[in-house]
Formats: sequence, structure tokens, C-alpha cells
Amino acid sequence: MSILINSQTRVLVQGITGKEGQFHTRQCIEYGTNVVAGVTPGKGGQTMDSVPVYNTVADAKKATGANASMILVPPPFAADAILEAVDADMDVIVCITEGVPVMDMLRVKNYLAVKKSRLIGPNCPGIITPGECKIGIMPGAIHTPGGPVGVVSRSGTLTYEVVHQLTAVGLGQTTCVGIGGDPVNGTGFIDCLEAFNEDPQTEAVVMVGEIGGNAEEEASAWIKANMKKPVVGFIAGLTAPPGRRMGHAGAIVSGGQGTAAAKIEAMQRAGLYVCEDLGTLGKLCKEAFS
Amino acid sequence: MKIHEYQAKELFRKYQVPTLEGGVATTVEGIEKTAKELGLPVAVKAQIHAGGRGKGGGVKIARSSEDVKKAAEAILGMTLVTKQTGPEGRLVKTVLVEKGVAIKKELYLSIIPDRATATITIVASQDGGMDIEDVAEKTPERIIKVAINPVTGIRSYHVQQVLFGLELEKSVMKEFAGVLRNLYNLFVDYDCSMVEINPLIITEDDRIIALDAKVDIDSNALYRHPDVVEMHDPNEDDPAEAEAAKYNLNYINLDGNVGNMVNGAGLAMATMDIIKQAGAEPANFLDVGGGANAEMVENGFRIILSDKKVKGILINIFGGILRCDVLAQGVVQAAEKVKLSVPVVVRMEGTNVEEGRRILSESGLSLISASDLADAAKKVAEIVA
Repeated sequence: MSILINSQTRVLVQGITGKEGQFHTRQCIEYGTNVVAGVTPGKGGQTMDSVPVYNTVADAKKATGANASMILVPPPFAADAILEAVDADMDVIVCITEGVPVMDMLRVKNYLAVKKSRLIGPNCPGIITPGECKIGIMPGAIHTPGGPVGVVSRSGTLTYEVVHQLTAVGLGQTTCVGIGGDPVNGTGFIDCLEAFNEDPQTEAVVMVGEIGGNAEEEASAWIKANMKKPVVGFIAGLTAPPGRRMGHAGAIVSGGQGTAAAKIEAMQRAGLYVCEDLGTLGKLCKEAFS
Repeated sequence: MKIHEYQAKELFRKYQVPTLEGGVATTVEGIEKTAKELGLPVAVKAQIHAGGRGKGGGVKIARSSEDVKKAAEAILGMTLVTKQTGPEGRLVKTVLVEKGVAIKKELYLSIIPDRATATITIVASQDGGMDIEDVAEKTPERIIKVAINPVTGIRSYHVQQVLFGLELEKSVMKEFAGVLRNLYNLFVDYDCSMVEINPLIITEDDRIIALDAKVDIDSNALYRHPDVVEMHDPNEDDPAEAEAAKYNLNYINLDGNVGNMVNGAGLAMATMDIIKQAGAEPANFLDVGGGANAEMVENGFRIILSDKKVKGILINIFGGILRCDVLAQGVVQAAEKVKLSVPVVVRMEGTNVEEGRRILSESGLSLISASDLADAAKKVAEIVA
């Protein structure tokens, strides 16, 4: 078992003929992802390797039965691409694109609220169910199939670091979700925690947060009230100066809000196993989850 | 991207948000001339990207021509230190001169996006002219917040919540409502991440005027606002940070002495944290991006080394799709080119890591290899201790 995606997931790629689109589509196929279609307006009828390309998401869905989308288009077109996938009733939409304007995402998020699609990202590495399906840009090889750990994170390479340490101590993963580093995104921590809570194969969860906003605080409160499985938490940005955006658009401490210290305290209060030193995360998980 | 008060007020005028008559000057003579044209009294206001200018001595009221000259000489060329500039302050090169006005009441008004609820939030208070964070702490009941769904936009009931919440007099309600709607439209049209007016004043003759103006625009949306790009003031940039931005590197200068270079923002923050936990202080944040290459590593080295405080460098790369052997070659090439003057600890993990480590150890460079993150932080902390 896993959450959101598995070996049955049929993936289409929006922006498949671009440089990034081609590269990452090939990587996903190599990993074993069932990529059934690509979409680039004006290039319908062509193929990318052996993947058929369509002009619209609706066409691609009709022809191939795709039920998930990976979006690799430049920022000015990202909101449109997401909305097109939503209107085509894609179950899961993964937007990798970094640099989508907040105003676009405010509108997209409110539209999504009344739709059934689940958006992951933007500005994220994507989602992977090891051994079954990878929709994203993460290196597949560092993952270990079969669980028992679920991973949810706001970061990219930091997630790879965490997964690598889990694999190194012999802990496989059910599903790893990178929810993205933007201030306004689709799927949040709590959505993933809920899904992991219900997934019989997931026995424990690692939650990786960072400075900015209060998503980690809200997730901690949710864990305390609802979570049936142990959770290890890590927060990046203890040394981040206030008022500065640390790479991710959402990673900023403003007006004393969103500090790493406050998030760590919230996690401790909620009974999470808090990892204060990234170098020892794998070891801590091994202890906490045994 | 932040813009200056006078630039924000240009946007205000475009949206019929009233401001005072004024002019921008960069010389003492220019200030005197502008003041004369406006008529006394005037306010002389330093233009830097930081709040708290008044308390720092960057805003002065001049009632006579001697006052104007004195204020101009005091403010132009001063290094203005406010609680938002940090101790190094900011050099004042530009000044806004504005005509004086008789104030009846000072209000606070701002618009910000709320990330958790995906709404656009209006924040208003009767206690204008003060530090809004103080008001929020001491008298939170005097702050009104109205959340607007960006799909419906601002409606009459939103406006009324603000009007009645501020207990405005009937005589100014209509004008205030117009100002609020115009400001909301400006916020949306220009992809603002903040618009703040503190104070927004009601004059003796019942006009509404934005006495101050703070506008911050979403950097990701600048591609659709060429007029805002034109407003960029290089005087406000940290030189090293501006240099890094040219190469698409995300760099923030800090106070410590351990330079560090990492791929990915989250991992970069975590690396800074682990340096601190090992007993040293990070000299910077530097994210070379998920897809770093030799050229980016080279530029990264150069920018880190331009900071003379740096006594050691930690490179932490998690090779994913970008393989470690490719990165190792990049590090070796870059290190040869920039002539490293301080010890460098390299921690590398991920795809093809064995090959990457071999390339580093056979390079003949004095790169110190670390087995994992904890080891890397310990080694670099020992170097700078």
C-alpha cells in the first residue's frame, strides 16, 4: 500500500516537449512510472520517445485514461496548466515549477477547494511510491520500496538527505511527498498525515518542515489529536536571520512569526520525536520506530 | 521586491489613492528648490527600503528655509540606522520632499496575502502612526482584519466591515471606501506581497491621504510588471548578494566565518544549522540549486571568498539526478580556477558518490573529505576554531 499514487497510476506530463519535460519524463519512465501521454499545445500528434503528445489535457485523458499529471512548464503558464488539469478531473496533479506568482496560487487554491483533484506543489520535487511510481524530479535510486515509513517535506534535496538516511539504516518508504516550499501550495502536511494514518503499510512518518508560516504548528496539533503512528519531526532554519527569504519563497521569519524554535516547541508539545541534529536523523528514526 | 516610498506613491496616484504634493531630490539644492515650489512647511523624508525612518532621524519637518537646508544636509548622505536596517545602516542618496498638512486623525491600513487560508487580508486600526506590532500585542481588539477570497474580490460588505470597524465619521466614509477599493485593486493588479500605509490620515478638511507608503511586490511576478523592474534601486542591494543573483545563485550574507555551499534551499538551511550545532557560525546561506554545475560552483566559491571573514568552507552536495562524479569534477575545476585561500571540507552523498570521492581525493587539491553531515560540520568547526 501507499498513498495517492501506485503502480496503477497513469501519468501524463504537461510540458513534455520542453528540455526539463523530456529529461524528467525519461527519468520517470526509467524508474517504472506508467507515463501514458504528454501535453504541449500545438504539438498534438507528435511523440516524445514513444509517448504520444496531445494538444490539451482533455484530449490526452480521453485517449489514454490518464489520471495523474506532472507539470513542468515555465512559471507564467503554471497556473493555467494546473487549472486545465483540474478541469480534466485529474486525481493527482504534481506541479514541479518553481517561481509561480502567489496571486496565481491564491486563485488556484480557492478553485481547488470545490474540486476533487489533489494538487502537490508547486515548487516541489514531487511524489514517489518507491518501486511503483515516481511523479517528480527526485533521484529514484535512493529510495527503498515496501515501507514502513512515510515521508512528507517542504523541501527537495533535504528530503533526499532524509530518505537516504532512512535507507541507510534499513528503513524503507511507503510514499514520500514533497509538498513544496511556496507560501501558498496545494496539499499540506495534514492532508498527507491523514493519508498516512489510514494507510495500513505506513507504520511511522517523518515530517520535514522549515521556517515560515505556521503549517508545522497546525500539523503538530493535528498529530496530537489524531495520529495513531509515531512521527519524527525536523525543522530547518534555526540559524536563519529574520526578514530574509531563505531560497524558498515561503521560508521567511516575519514579525517574529514562523521561527524554527516555535515550530520545534510545537512539535515537542505534540509528542513528536524531534530531531535537532540532521546528522542523526536516520539513527533517531531507527530508535523511535523500533 | 521592495520599492521606495516615492515609487510606491507613484503607484498610489495611478490608482487614485491620494498622496501629498511632493518631489524627489538627490542634492541639497534640489531639496531647497522643491521645498520652495511646494511652500512651507514641508517634510523631508529619507528614501531607503526600511521602516522606522522617523525614529532613526531620517524624517524631519521644516518650517523655515533655514530648517529645510539643515534637514537636507542632515539627511542626505547620512547612514540611517533603523531597527530594520541592522547596525550597519543604509546610506541615504534620495529624499522625498512633501508639503505639510493639518492632521485630524491617523489610521493604519495594510493589505497582505494570508498563506494559510489563501485569502487577501485587510488589516486596519484606529491607532495609526504607531508600530502596528506594538498595537497587536497591547491592544489587539483595536485591530480589524477582513479576509477576502481572491476569486470574489472585494465586495461592499468587506468595505463596510472596515468602515464601521474603524468607527469613521460619516463625512469621510465615502471617500475612505473609494481609497480602500482602489488600494485593493492596486494590490491585486501589481502582485503585491504587502501594501502598508502608516499613517493613513484624515485631514482637518476631511480628506483621506496616504502620508506614508510601503509596497513590496512578489519577485516571481516581476515578469508581468516591467514598470516595477525599472524601479529597482541597486543602492539597496548587498554587493555580494547582487553578484550572486546575476549567476542565479541564492546567497545571503551572514556574520559567521564558515562559508558554505549547498544544493537546495532546505538542505542549505539545515547545513547552516548543523554548522552552528558543531560550535561555529555560518558566514552565509548559499543555494546553488538542485541542478548545480561546475560554473555555478565556481561562482559560488568566488562569492563566498569575497567575504573576508570566511576562514573555512563547507560544501554539502546531495547528488540526485545530478551525479556526484560530475559535481566532483566541477568542484576540482572551480577550485583550481579560483585559487582557494582557505581549507575546504567536502561532504558529498548520493548517485555515483564513490566515483565522486575518488575524483576529489586524486585531484591533488587540499580538499578535506567528510564521511557524513555530522563529520563535515565537526571538521569545519575545528578548522575555524
